[in-house]
Amino acid sequence: MNPREEKVKIITEEFIENDEDADMGRQNKNSKVRRQPRKKQPPTAVPKEMVSEKSHRGNRQEPVQEEPKTHLLSMTVRRGPRSLPPIPSTSRTGFAEFSMRGRMREKLQAARSKAESALLQEIPTPRPRRLRSPSKKELETEFGTEPGKEVERTQQEVDSQSYSRVKFRDSARKIKPKPQVPPGFPSAEEAYNFFTFNFDPEPEGSEEKPKARHRAGTNQEEEEGEEEPPAQGGGKEMDEEELLNGDDAEDFLLGLDHMADDFVSVRPADYESIHDRLQMEREMLFIPSRQTVPTYKKLPENVQPRFLEDEGLYTGVRPEVARTNQNIMENRLLMQDPERRWFGDDGRILALPNPIKPFPSRPPVLTQEQSSKAELETLYKKAVKYVHSSQHVIRSGDPPGNFQLDIDISGLIFTHHPCFSREHVLAAKLAQLYDQYLARHQRNKAKFLTDKLQALRNAVQTGLYPEKPHQSLDTIQKTINEYKSEIRQTRKFRDAEQEKDRTLLKTIIKVWKEMKSLREFQRFTNTPLKLVLRKEKADQKADEEAYEAEIQAEISELLEEHTEEYAQKMEEYRTSLHQWKAWRKAQRAKKKKRKQAAEEHPDDEIAEPYPEEDLVKPSPPEPTDRAVIEQEVRKRAAQSRRRPWEPTLVPELSLAGSVTPNDQCPRAEVSRREDVKKRSVYLKVLFNNKEVSRTVSRPLGADFRVHFGQIFNLQIVNWPESLTLQVYETIGHSSPTLLAEVFLPIPETTVVTGRAPTEEVEFSSNQHVTLDHEGVGSGVPFSFEADGSNQLTLMTSGKVSHSVAWAIGENGIPLIPPLSQQNIGFWSALKKADAISSIGTSGLTDMKKLAKWAAESKLDPNDPNNAPLMQLISVATSGESYVPDFFRLEQLQQEFNFVSDQELNRSKRFRLLHLRSQEVPEFRNYKQVPVYDREIMEKVFQDYEKRLRDRNVIETKEHIDTHRAIVAKYLQQVRESVINRFLIAKQYFLLADMIVEEEVPNISILGLSLFKLAEQKRPLRPRRKGRKKVTAQNLSDGDIKLLVNIVRAYDIPVRKPAVSKFQQPSRSSRMFSEKHAASPSTYSPTHNTDYPLGQVLVRPFVEVSFQRTVCHTTTAEGPNPSWNEELELPFRAPNGDYSTASLQSVKDVVFINIFDEVLHDVLEDDRERGSGIHTRIERHWLGCVKIPFSTIYFQARIDGTFKIDIPPVLLGYSKERNMILERGFDSVGSLSEGSYITLFITIEPQLVPGESIREKFESQEDEKLLQATEKFQAECALKFPNRQCLTTVIDISGTTVFITRYLKPLNPPQELLNVYPNNLQATAELVARYVSLIPFLPDTVSFGGICDLWSTSDQFLDLLAGDEEEHAVLLCNYFLSLGKKAWLLMGNAIPEGPTAYVLTWEHGRYLIWNPCSGHSYGQFDIFCPLKNVGCLIGPDNIWFNIQRYDSPPRINFDVTRPKLWKSFFSRSLPYPGLSSVQPEELIYQRSDKAAAAELQDRIEKILKEKIMDWRPRHLTRWNRYCTSTLRHFLPLLEKSQGEDVEDDHRAELLKQLGDYRFSGFPLHMPYSEVKPLIDAVYGTGVHNIDVPNVEFALAVYIHPYPKNVLSVWIYVASLIRNR
Amino acid sequence: MATASPSVFLLMVNGQVESAQFPEYDDLYCKYCFVYGQDWDPTAGLEEGISQITSKSQDVRQALVWNFPIDVTFKSTNPYGWPQIVLSVYGPDVFGNDVVRGYGAVHVPFSPGRHKRTIPMFVPESTSKLQKFTSWFMGRRPEYTDPKVVAQGEGREVTRVRSQGFVTLLFNVVTKDMRKLGYDTGPSDTQGWSGPNPPQRFPQ
Repeated sequence: MNPREEKVKIITEEFIENDEDADMGRQNKNSKVRRQPRKKQPPTAVPKEMVSEKSHRGNRQEPVQEEPKTHLLSMTVRRGPRSLPPIPSTSRTGFAEFSMRGRMREKLQAARSKAESALLQEIPTPRPRRLRSPSKKELETEFGTEPGKEVERTQQEVDSQSYSRVKFRDSARKIKPKPQVPPGFPSAEEAYNFFTFNFDPEPEGSEEKPKARHRAGTNQEEEEGEEEPPAQGGGKEMDEEELLNGDDAEDFLLGLDHMADDFVSVRPADYESIHDRLQMEREMLFIPSRQTVPTYKKLPENVQPRFLEDEGLYTGVRPEVARTNQNIMENRLLMQDPERRWFGDDGRILALPNPIKPFPSRPPVLTQEQSSKAELETLYKKAVKYVHSSQHVIRSGDPPGNFQLDIDISGLIFTHHPCFSREHVLAAKLAQLYDQYLARHQRNKAKFLTDKLQALRNAVQTGLYPEKPHQSLDTIQKTINEYKSEIRQTRKFRDAEQEKDRTLLKTIIKVWKEMKSLREFQRFTNTPLKLVLRKEKADQKADEEAYEAEIQAEISELLEEHTEEYAQKMEEYRTSLHQWKAWRKAQRAKKKKRKQAAEEHPDDEIAEPYPEEDLVKPSPPEPTDRAVIEQEVRKRAAQSRRRPWEPTLVPELSLAGSVTPNDQCPRAEVSRREDVKKRSVYLKVLFNNKEVSRTVSRPLGADFRVHFGQIFNLQIVNWPESLTLQVYETIGHSSPTLLAEVFLPIPETTVVTGRAPTEEVEFSSNQHVTLDHEGVGSGVPFSFEADGSNQLTLMTSGKVSHSVAWAIGENGIPLIPPLSQQNIGFWSALKKADAISSIGTSGLTDMKKLAKWAAESKLDPNDPNNAPLMQLISVATSGESYVPDFFRLEQLQQEFNFVSDQELNRSKRFRLLHLRSQEVPEFRNYKQVPVYDREIMEKVFQDYEKRLRDRNVIETKEHIDTHRAIVAKYLQQVRESVINRFLIAKQYFLLADMIVEEEVPNISILGLSLFKLAEQKRPLRPRRKGRKKVTAQNLSDGDIKLLVNIVRAYDIPVRKPAVSKFQQPSRSSRMFSEKHAASPSTYSPTHNTDYPLGQVLVRPFVEVSFQRTVCHTTTAEGPNPSWNEELELPFRAPNGDYSTASLQSVKDVVFINIFDEVLHDVLEDDRERGSGIHTRIERHWLGCVKIPFSTIYFQARIDGTFKIDIPPVLLGYSKERNMILERGFDSVGSLSEGSYITLFITIEPQLVPGESIREKFESQEDEKLLQATEKFQAECALKFPNRQCLTTVIDISGTTVFITRYLKPLNPPQELLNVYPNNLQATAELVARYVSLIPFLPDTVSFGGICDLWSTSDQFLDLLAGDEEEHAVLLCNYFLSLGKKAWLLMGNAIPEGPTAYVLTWEHGRYLIWNPCSGHSYGQFDIFCPLKNVGCLIGPDNIWFNIQRYDSPPRINFDVTRPKLWKSFFSRSLPYPGLSSVQPEELIYQRSDKAAAAELQDRIEKILKEKIMDWRPRHLTRWNRYCTSTLRHFLPLLEKSQGEDVEDDHRAELLKQLGDYRFSGFPLHMPYSEVKPLIDAVYGTGVHNIDVPNVEFALAVYIHPYPKNVLSVWIYVASLIRNR
Repeated sequence: MATASPSVFLLMVNGQVESAQFPEYDDLYCKYCFVYGQDWDPTAGLEEGISQITSKSQDVRQALVWNFPIDVTFKSTNPYGWPQIVLSVYGPDVFGNDVVRGYGAVHVPFSPGRHKRTIPMFVPESTSKLQKFTSWFMGRRPEYTDPKVVAQGEGREVTRVRSQGFVTLLFNVVTKDMRKLGYDTGPSDTQGWSGPNPPQRFPQ
């Protein structure tokens, strides 16, 4: 066999070599291809070759038979081609290579199969056979027949080997017909081969081809050189191989091969016979069988399959695979990889447990389409008012506190205490042992077992000699056997028990002896313990008899056992001997020797290949030597049993002993006793980890027992989670120390008071105490021996005796809370055999049920899924280990805490990081958190901490009156809750937030864009293009600028000459205007006469201040100046946060102040006038316009003409119309009062305003109504997307409310109605003024642009702050109650943007009211700030403007015309009669006048201080006289609402303050807090006057309106004495 | 400089955007930028860059080679928000419109040394077939509002993306004072000397 293998190996080598060659040949391919045309060799020689090779293959397969004949020939043939460059072909190599591999495989297979078949027969090695050429015929037949046999086999068993066998069959078939064909008529194949090989000589063997190609390479010699050595080294095998591989007779017959390239090759059409193809396929393809693979094939040899499941190991469920598929796979694996590593020990394919869940988690597929739609439809369920309930709270409905738990703490015993003396330690030990003894004695197991033994013996006796013979012998025997085995068992137990009893007794005696010796040694007694051993003298004779009888019985039993055993062994021996004999007979021939040996050395037998145990000479197993057994039994009995002559010892422990009194004790002992006396102990009772009560503190007795005897009745609400006792010890007067915690079990529901037994719970403490007296201490080693050996370490421990039970109510019902919800859920979960992980929660009251259920459902105990359950059950049933009554979620958390929580909280860095990640505004943009704590300044947190403090403290300083402070706090809270609510909603991103994507163009846009192609590149009238909007996120400081373009102003008040009756031309400080004034005192309203003289009436300029940045324009001249200047102000976001949310909440306001620049000549001497100009510039505030930044942010740009807020009295200036100027502004001047400024404000770059909230809010509205609103809004938006249409709004609690519910007639304050009882118009104005006095607070600022919250009118009045809509709603409601026709008007206005106004119908004309300012405008008023109208809202309907225009002058407000107004409620959807959300009636409290007066004083004081602060370099004098004058004047202003008082006032002032040049003005504002007042005063710049002798006057007046609405007037003035 | 207790650590990254594999596209250029946390601050180098347009190589690899250098140094006090490089690749489509060909991001390697990273690139998908067609036709493919979103997890759930190709990056990372501040990122055996490079083994 060896040579054969060798051959195979060599072949393999050669093949590998050839493969390499082939590769090289491929590399040479190109050159060869190039050569081809020259040689006229058609490049497509491939198929021919393939065919030829195929035809050869058959021959190849019988490798040996022809070889001898062709051997020499082949050598010659090979020579030929070697010298000639063969014709290369591209694909040939590939095929050759392939076929080579294939053949190699076949050969390997063949070799293996042959090796198998020829296992027993010695086959001559191929080498000699081949050399022996004449014997070829034989071989041929041999090989011819052999495959034939094989074929039969393969047919029977289609196996992996069939592949190769098929080959053999084919080859055999091929060989056979060949000789049968008549010589003249070659077979088709042969003929074909013949021709093809004629013209293509070189492929005599696929093996040769690569070599031939090698030779075709550039350096032949080298190649040959390389080629030869292996040829020689390999010997003839190689040559033979070449011949084997498809040499055909025909090939060799042709001697023309070297001439081949001279011929023109004519090739037949490419054709492959079906057989060839099939054969090829068979060769290349492997079709695995479907039949089951026998197990032995899948396992390593001589290995029995091992079934883990049978061994009790959990294997899991294998995934289900069809049997056939599995077979196919196994066959395939066996074919591909014979190493069998795919198979497990059980002979099956290795597989992991089935990962597929048995239950589908997908919802069932719906069968009908309709139903699927119905399924997908969302069901709306109204939110139910949430009642707070916790799982621990029993039930909100139940009366709480009805349950009672009685805890009876009777006492405490220390089993070890630091103050124990050595004697105490022993005493404790003794007591413990005695307890044990008593317990054992009570149970008396030994006696029980002895009785049992006796009973069993009797049973055996009766069984052996039955009185009832009718029982079958078999059963009797069986029962007797059972009895016997039980006897054996019981005896063993009894012996063990008896031994234990005895040792216990011995130990007790030993300890007692130790104690006695200790007492003697120390010469005093500490403990009253006394052990008395009572001897019970039994009847010695009877005792001895019983003892002997017992021993005899035992001996006889043992004997019996032995004989039984012996008999059994003999039986075994006999059968095996019989077997062995039979076997020996069979093997008689050569095994004789072995048998001999076996008999001589039975041990050696085992080493034999067939071990035969039966050969052990059965020496009858110790013929049961009675003496030996008896000896054994007696020995054992002596060990474990009381000997009959010994008396029974009964220990009795009593406390009868006397303790040595103190005066007889040594000093150390006395100090110990003193120490014990100082100590006292008490217990705390903790229920659910909360201390509920504690016992009285009791001193520790000398016996270390504490008696409490207290019963605690716990009235509980919560289901008990834990019940803990804490043992505290107090030494003297020091603070108590916690010794230990004792966990009491929560009683079962069946345990009620009176039935609960007193239980003892042990506790122990790990404290370490070392004492300086006799006390042994705790946790420290000590020893009884003098040399310190045998050290003991005892911990403080003890027992608490207690009982816990449920109390019983008066009517006999136990006061037990029902099982909480979670337990019920748990049980139901258990039934589903799912979510077992929830085990561990408390309240698993019935373990037995669980265990029973587990047994019933036949859970696989090895399944890992059931592991926790199994563990639990085992724990519960055995009752040994502690069942956790909790379920810990993150049990590893503790281990991962690298630092304690306190330390973590103390770390400033961590705090900073934490606050930042929480997005606390102060820290949201904190950059570069320092690495070390020490680098973090404490002041970083100061602001934040202050804010936190302020949140809780109502700061009255800022707000002055408490009501407003409370309101502010309330607003803050609402704001926080709303923001928290929306923070979640903000997390939702839309696709548009993430991805920029072009919208799908509809046809019109497409058309437009096509049209655009033809558009002019540079149109004559270019359209304005929108600026690119910038997302706020990537901005930083300085990137954003506010652009304010001030165009012009109209009707600025003009100066009046200082109309002093006592006017004298002043010497030094005269106004320029005065200097040229023609008349000093003409108190005339017009200055017609002045103007032509070049008198400058006013030199106004505009100052814009924003975020403490101030810019101003140049000074223009005249009352209608035109500046046309652009001012640029930088914008800084708070905390550097440029996110949308942050920008929305910017509260800064752009102040646009108009000043008059006044030049004062300060020349002291007229003589110098010619040579120098000394003037001082003064500026006088004329008015201002305030625009909040939020408005600019949301509007993107503000463009329009605004009314300048000019104080009602502007001393030194007149607002009277200048007749000359009116010509230019006819319409303007004639229709309006006041001054106007034209502005254009924008932000550069344009910011994307925040989007309103997308969340849909829950609503109490009818679902149909909500749908109708959505439809209505969608329709409106489709027609006029720019017009505001409002149907539902969000109220302050965040629910959607239909808008008309807000409108309802509400009574205005009676006080206001009484002012003008008959004048409705005046009353309306008064009411409007009242509404406008309520401070304005935009929602967008307070709620961060999240949404617009609508509060009801009473809320609004309570809050005293609100948005436009709140003002409008209130005003509209007042008007409705006044009997006017009034509507809420939603539209756009400047500068507010989308806003709410009120529209009234009065005397045939419509009036538009601005609720925030209280002004009313006619419909055709150009200066009406309302620019367009979206919809009107009445108490019972909504009308949407569907007219072509939307600006108020151009539309018709007649809502009854459906062509102009689309109404929400119509005939198809009638008004359902919605109830109002407003209160029935508004109740007004009279304002506290005294409080107002106090506030007034305080504000005045604050403002005065502020003005002084603003003038740090100058002295600020206050003119008291002027102040009092002003103070009197202010109430008049309030009464007249700031109108028509100027002249009187002026006159009066002039009368009183004639010597002063006076400039000042009253400011009027609604009161919200102090800061805006200060800002307003600061904005006027009154304090900027730095004339040395300036004096100031400041007066404040607060007029209280009902409901604490305050109107604040501040009069600021500066006075300069005219000298 | 060698203070006992530094207050910041430095991370120096240099390397290059080496090449890309975009089997279907040609003539691409790429942009890179860094996204980092609040405690990070670039101290030197360029945070952003835009490369030249490269065409496919003619060989079988069909690689798009940029070899676009990255060189930036960060200082930081906190490894949270470790810098990520965000790459976005653009190129012309059939009609010559410049469209995005891929987004991708990867953290700068933590440990010092030379690292090669291959980032799979992806682009957002159109929301509908029709939009896909129109975006193809108009040359306005969906793009991220900000390429930096690919370095964040927020809001990605609303997008759908398609894989496009790969970009290979080379980083050479040097850190300073990380270990002094208690952040150990390097291999454990480089306690005293860093790396097996002979030049660095010289005693200092």
